[in-house]
Amino acid sequence: MADRPSKDAPAPNKDDSQKRQKDMIADHFDKLSRSKADGKKVVYTFVPGNLTELLLALDLLPVLPEINALQSGMRKKSGGYIAEAEKAGHSEDVCTYVKCDIGMIKSGNIGPTGQKLPEPDLLLLSYTGCFTFLKWFELLQHEYNCPVVMLHVPYQPDGVATPAMREYIVEQLENEVIPALEKLAGKKLDYDELSRRLALSRIAEDDLVAVWESAKHTPSPIDGYFGGVYYIGPIFSSFRGSQDAIDYYRLLRAEVEERIRLGQGPTTPDGRMDEQKYRLVVEGPPNWTSFNDFWHMFSKEQAVVCASTYTRVGGLYDQGFRHDPSQPLESLADYCLGCYTNLGLPSRIDLIEKYVREYNADGFLINSVKSCNSFSAGQLLILREIEKRTGVPGGFIESDLVDPRYFGKANIENRVQSFLQMLDARKTRMINAPMRSGPAVHV
Amino acid sequence: MQTQTILHSTPDVRAVLAAAMPSGAMEVTVGIDLGSTTTKAILLDTSGQIVGRGITNSRSNYEVAAAVAREEALTAVRFSLLGRVLESAGQAAQQLAEPLTEAFRLELYMGELAALRSEILGLLEKPGHAAHRAALQPAAEAVLDKMAQTASSLFGPGAGRKSDFFRDLAGAAYVAEAEALANVKGSGVPFERLVGLYDRAILDVETRLESRDFGVLLEKAAMHVLPVGERASWLREVVRAVGSSRIAEVAFVGTGYGRQTLPFPKETVRSEILCHGRGAHRIFPGTRTVLDIGGQDTKGIQVDDGGVVTSFQMNDRCAAGCGRYLGYIADELNLGLHELGPLALQAKKQVRVNSTCTVFAGAELRDRLALGQRREDILAGLHRAIMLRAMSILARSGGISDQFTFTGGVCNNPMAVKVLRELVAQTYGENITVNTHSSSIYMGALGASMYALDDHHAGRGGILPTFAQG
Amino acid sequence: MSSSDFVSQVAPIKAADPCGALLQRCRTLVEDHELNHVKQWKAANPGAFVMGHMPIYAPRALVEAQGGLAVAVFGGGEEVDIIRGDSYFQSYICHIPRSTIELGLGGQLDVLDGMMFPSICDVIRNLGGMWKILFPNKYSAYVDLPQNFAQGIGGKFYAHELGRIAEEMHKFGAQKLEPEKLRQAMRDENLRRAAIGKLDELRRTEPHRCLASEAYLLVRAGGGLLAKEHAAMIEEFVLAAKKRDTRPRDNVRVVLVGAFCEQAPVDLIRALEKAGCDIVDDDFQLGMRMIEGDLDAEAEDPLLALAMGFIKKGAAVASRYIADEVKGKSLIDKVKASKADGVIFAAASFCDPALLDQPMLEVAMDEAKIPHTSFKYAENTGQFQVIREQAGAFSDAVKLWGQVE
Repeated sequence: MADRPSKDAPAPNKDDSQKRQKDMIADHFDKLSRSKADGKKVVYTFVPGNLTELLLALDLLPVLPEINALQSGMRKKSGGYIAEAEKAGHSEDVCTYVKCDIGMIKSGNIGPTGQKLPEPDLLLLSYTGCFTFLKWFELLQHEYNCPVVMLHVPYQPDGVATPAMREYIVEQLENEVIPALEKLAGKKLDYDELSRRLALSRIAEDDLVAVWESAKHTPSPIDGYFGGVYYIGPIFSSFRGSQDAIDYYRLLRAEVEERIRLGQGPTTPDGRMDEQKYRLVVEGPPNWTSFNDFWHMFSKEQAVVCASTYTRVGGLYDQGFRHDPSQPLESLADYCLGCYTNLGLPSRIDLIEKYVREYNADGFLINSVKSCNSFSAGQLLILREIEKRTGVPGGFIESDLVDPRYFGKANIENRVQSFLQMLDARKTRMINAPMRSGPAVHV
Repeated sequence: MQTQTILHSTPDVRAVLAAAMPSGAMEVTVGIDLGSTTTKAILLDTSGQIVGRGITNSRSNYEVAAAVAREEALTAVRFSLLGRVLESAGQAAQQLAEPLTEAFRLELYMGELAALRSEILGLLEKPGHAAHRAALQPAAEAVLDKMAQTASSLFGPGAGRKSDFFRDLAGAAYVAEAEALANVKGSGVPFERLVGLYDRAILDVETRLESRDFGVLLEKAAMHVLPVGERASWLREVVRAVGSSRIAEVAFVGTGYGRQTLPFPKETVRSEILCHGRGAHRIFPGTRTVLDIGGQDTKGIQVDDGGVVTSFQMNDRCAAGCGRYLGYIADELNLGLHELGPLALQAKKQVRVNSTCTVFAGAELRDRLALGQRREDILAGLHRAIMLRAMSILARSGGISDQFTFTGGVCNNPMAVKVLRELVAQTYGENITVNTHSSSIYMGALGASMYALDDHHAGRGGILPTFAQG
Repeated sequence: MSSSDFVSQVAPIKAADPCGALLQRCRTLVEDHELNHVKQWKAANPGAFVMGHMPIYAPRALVEAQGGLAVAVFGGGEEVDIIRGDSYFQSYICHIPRSTIELGLGGQLDVLDGMMFPSICDVIRNLGGMWKILFPNKYSAYVDLPQNFAQGIGGKFYAHELGRIAEEMHKFGAQKLEPEKLRQAMRDENLRRAAIGKLDELRRTEPHRCLASEAYLLVRAGGGLLAKEHAAMIEEFVLAAKKRDTRPRDNVRVVLVGAFCEQAPVDLIRALEKAGCDIVDDDFQLGMRMIEGDLDAEAEDPLLALAMGFIKKGAAVASRYIADEVKGKSLIDKVKASKADGVIFAAASFCDPALLDQPMLEVAMDEAKIPHTSFKYAENTGQFQVIREQAGAFSDAVKLWGQVE
């Protein structure tokens, strides 16, 4: 087992579903690069609370700057982009997704596939669970001078989506968002088409939930965090409500079920992990600039993540939510309301506790990212509460989304190892009962 | 310094040694803690008793540092064996232990001094020194001769050395002799160049690995110390037997700062969090919370009643509040690190300092001095600011509810300890026991060695690496 | 007592000053981290509900209408040692939530029956959630201020939100909300706004009679007072200040922006003044004058009127989505209205709203040829040497720049 992985570690996930996803993404960016020629309109929007079915129903092409930013991180471009933005006066204190995006624009707006991204015809500001979104699109409006339409999704401080909240969103959709999109598309919204798309979403959502819950098996056939970020790709981005998404999730689910049948673990940077020494629940987004190194720190110790909250930012499907073709706008509203980062801290703690118990985790780990206060503010209280409620030990590491300056590899690895060794020592202790402590001695 | 001693009995040396080593060898587990500034080794016998310890500067070469600390600990083991044998021969024999140890250290020192000499003379051969060779060479030789003549004053019972590191001892002596030489009017001795030679040479001397024959060295040392007369033959037998007895390192665990770069096999490496927690708990078995402030990081650790870590927190990316911060402050004030605490204790009032940012430490200090604030008062405020940060990390890790132990380099700073005691009492009540220990620097190595012992008992003792060879 | 060594050196309040006693009272109120004055109020009004709130803006009139007292909780400044507070927040998060938690866990906020957390940013929002866990017996409300500004949509939503909070406060012991009482509370709120308006006017026209650092104390001191009392106190100050015999100074006039949430230490404001800046407008304690103009206190539906006050008259602050207006226009208007020579961007370190907004405002200032400079602070910043030098250089440059122009 190599101790020093590989700056150029092979892409860890080489399953067929993964290849298929890659093709889907390539195809989407092709479409984007041809959009002006094809006369298609482009809408920039955000992952949490995205209204993809609505955009697809109006034949509009979505671009997700968050995904571009994380891709820039994985392609080691983000450091330069961030520097570019900071040179232009952006504070070093603020979200690096924003700065990475601004820097990318200033550097020619070349997307993850190497093709130039089209400028937005409209910015659909779905303000869901993240304050920075608001400023991000104000900044983009400054860059592009294009129209913005705002959808303010109220926050769920008590984990309850009230009728007033739902109504507020539906009214915004009816009176502001849909008219703006219709104007851009040059046609009226066909509600039947919207419902048809929502029905397609449901199918893929069912399969995704089956994939998440497969991690309750031992060994887990998936890694619900490092692997999970690949699994959420299509459904959190431009493909929900499309046949492509259905095909992808069907394939993925089949792969996972086959692994369960064979008693296999997921593909990781250290090969297939059939032996799993630790089962973890992880809170917080991953680091993207050193994603493989980060994963490797876990996979080389045979630690598998069975559930994570980051993979729920685009919807809590495993908690029962499904898009509902019979009430399309209400259903979109409920979707937006229920994204993980739109939930109050007490609800987040309840959910994590549930994951720790249901997935039979040995440990709970927080990756606290500097950029994202929506996730990070309060995480130390989450840590304490989860330890208190479940007795499962917690660990805490700090990094950033796409700022390579904030990925201290030695430091992070030190903490990860200390954490895993602590789990080990406690397990050993439970099996072997009292440790030889001995009387006080003098050094 | 030969000693006249009357021995009351001369027990059978082999029998005494055999009793101490039933398996024919002294079995020890080895724990090495490679810190950013010092490297420590602790050896335990299989009953868990500490039988040896060693420490050295980490410097640039971790492998050498690990080897030196381990060698020193092994030496200590032999001395503890020697002690056991002498003990069996009564008090008078026992009193020989210290002079023997000191004489042994002197032998080591002389060996290193010889290495220093050859290094310096070697340097002078290099073309860069051609222009000054004529003046430098005799001066350097004179300095080294003087050092060799006076070396014995550094050793012996009650010599009161400032340090046990060759670098420190030899450095102080070298500079003093060089200064004395340069101060002689018209000597034309270039002091700076002379010292420059030492600075360059010591790096190589320190990273030079010499396999040390304990038996030979001990016998040499014994020549100076042992009494003459009829009983000496028994003592020489003791020295020979101890020198040649076998020490078996049965298990090994390594820990320390930046473990990824440690020269240890993966399966022998344990987190320093686990090791510090366990070591501190071993010394103070009532401990449930440990605060360790080292050069590079601050750790708050909770342990259970067996010393196993249940949760921990470290300072984040920002190094504010670590030992390093005090280092910056000391540099800024042109003081030694050990002078900060005592100076701060003289404060008349505490200046309020809110920032512990290492980046701004110097600027803040200068501003405050410029405002006319007293150095002592500012230092008091700085100590408080650092300990407030540490208190936060402690609170993060779960706070203090029972006995509490403070370890790490900063625990040797009296002001830091004073402020910490105040803050602990203020935050968690007057009833918390706060432990500090002058040897707390060894806690990590002790814990490592305990984990090695666990491994040994479980039949999977890690193999000790050989480290770099000469 | 102010403990900063720096303050005692530079800022004695003169006994002969007609405003001296009043300012001393303000300072005592601002530094009353134990909230003794609130405890006294509560003792005199048994059973009344005391509702704390975070910056920027909170519907204080609602609390007063229900027989309660709203208390602005704007952090712990530089006086509070942070131990437990720091244990909950990473180093990249601003300072105000730390000191607020510290005060809460230290018992200094025990007098509060509840806390409101307005939607300023994700940190304050999450602090609201933490509050629910750390203080389960207290009422804790997240106030989701609308980002949609249509009466029938955002207005309706916010009015509903206010109604919900009123009911919940009632459940926790506040009086039931009655329309006429709300109208009266809104009238009182208007009085306060008018008084602050006079104070602002005085600063704009005769900055030597009212320093920004004094206005800061006056407005902040009212954080735990009823609107009417606060209004009377400010009116009293304005009258007294006009009798001051201070002389105009040769200072540059600046607008300070970005300090709306975590408050700058008052010594920092003094440092700017010492460096030759008259701060003629700012956004310290913006919430007290967030509504630019009167609330419609005579409306049929006062709850909707209270909501619409925010919707239609809410100041353009960084946490508010600026839908139709050009970015920076509001700041340019402020600069013109106050005849300022330049802008100082002063944001709390790690303040997302202010720091994300700033680059856009800077561009707008450049385009409008308004000189500007920027720095960051924390509520517990103790050293202002660098900031003072920077502000001094800025004020000199502005003077020169003015001559060149």
